[in-house]
Amino acid sequence: MEPLFGEFGKGVREIQMAQHNTAQRSSDPIPPPDKIPISLGINGVETTLRVAPWTTLLDALRDHLELTGTKKGCDHGQCGACTVLVDGRRVNSCLTLAVMKDGAQVTTVEGLATKEALHPLQQAFIDHDAFQCGYCTPGQICSAAGLIAEGKAKSPDQIRELMSGNICRCGAYPNIVAAIQQAMGGKS
Amino acid sequence: MIPFHYARAADVADAVRMISADPSAKFIAGGTNLVDLMKDDVERPSRLIDISRLPLKAIESTADGGLRIGALVPNSDLAYHPLIEQRYPLIASAILAGASAQLRNMASTGGNLLQRTRCAYFYDTVTPCNKREPGSGCSAIGGINRIHAILGASEDCIATHPSDMCVALAALDARVRVTGPTGERTMAFNDFHRLPGNTPQTDTNLQPNEIVTAIELPALGFASNYSYLKIRDRLSYAFALVSIAAALELEGGTIKQARLALGGVAHKPWRNTAAEAALRGQRANAASFARAADLLLRDARGYEHNAFKIELARRGIIRTLTQAAQATPQSQSDKKIR
Repeated sequence: MEPLFGEFGKGVREIQMAQHNTAQRSSDPIPPPDKIPISLGINGVETTLRVAPWTTLLDALRDHLELTGTKKGCDHGQCGACTVLVDGRRVNSCLTLAVMKDGAQVTTVEGLATKEALHPLQQAFIDHDAFQCGYCTPGQICSAAGLIAEGKAKSPDQIRELMSGNICRCGAYPNIVAAIQQAMGGKS
Repeated sequence: MIPFHYARAADVADAVRMISADPSAKFIAGGTNLVDLMKDDVERPSRLIDISRLPLKAIESTADGGLRIGALVPNSDLAYHPLIEQRYPLIASAILAGASAQLRNMASTGGNLLQRTRCAYFYDTVTPCNKREPGSGCSAIGGINRIHAILGASEDCIATHPSDMCVALAALDARVRVTGPTGERTMAFNDFHRLPGNTPQTDTNLQPNEIVTAIELPALGFASNYSYLKIRDRLSYAFALVSIAAALELEGGTIKQARLALGGVAHKPWRNTAAEAALRGQRANAASFARAADLLLRDARGYEHNAFKIELARRGIIRTLTQAAQATPQSQSDKKIR
């Protein structure tokens, strides 16, 4: 038991040392930092939680708060599936460190509808069949909500350009543009 | 990501103190590039110093008729700011050609300058890369180098700088204001980024204990005759193969002053004042634009997969200068190139 366990531990240490020496960017190994208390307004509800510095807003939503409507696609800011609104602006929650947003208001797809009715974008996505598998849809809808709030898109070309941060691998783009036009109050 | 500590800077002086005390720490503002690189283990800071709450978010006119842009102004706010739209539309156009609406909402002005190359070998920690691991070799020179540099590269690195905004800032003679332990200084934009030489691990001439606080623009914004043309593998949300910022000051059909900078072709936004000087006093037509393009690309060198960039850049320069001369700047939503 002892030699086996010892060898294993030594191996781990060597790997850690090797990584450390190769990187030359870290100081001496550090104990894991304590979790940090933060407070977020999540869909209008003040919420306090403790997060590690490296916890992204996406992981905080999904793993700490069980709000799994926001999706993890690429986890590198390339697909837009994780789009949420922070203080009213659309962002990639996968590249946002939760600790940096202490005090912010976050709106996820779960926070768009009222008790009585779907958000006009949610209804428009249904009306136009603007999805197939649906995985990108929460990000598309949150992104479109941000787009409408920004008020810069006036034409289908501009909608397409300003929605280019949301990839739909099923290729529902024409219907997504039509749904957004409907929600903007234009002709569908 | 490896574990790291987190601290918030109270003010600029505090930020400089904190970074000076811990050389393995990094500033974080928008985080769009740094968090991504940390997820890939390319960046391994021991500590992140959060500067996102510092009061560097103003856009103000300066006494000399120019503009000062706080380093923490988000890219989207800058692109849509009335003073930028009216007086420096080249900057607005370049910003809107880059990234996505979400990323532009997050990314800061200072961070845009400090983003790192998108060379796939830089990101891939199992391959040699002199920028990531000095002395390990360059995998791109003999590898897949379609997106790589054709100007100013070295035997150690052929990476390109990925920014669009910086190409416009280079063309417009912006200055970069920084604060360090001994006070403030400003750098000409052309002196901020550097060529790779034999130390490609260093992207800029910013010192490790300095922080970018503002970008300063001169009064001359070329708001009448400008264009930013970005050519890439898909129409949106992709890095440039070649991008061109062109700005002209015309008198009749004669060029009084010209600015020309390229993106996607070098380790820094590429500007060649000899090409601009060659345009001065010339008629604004395809022949003079072609001469300037040839001059700018005279020392260009292609590698196995990217030699097409030389002709692409040549044609792009002529097209972008023509768009600028005709006051028909490239639209960043209707992607037809006219």
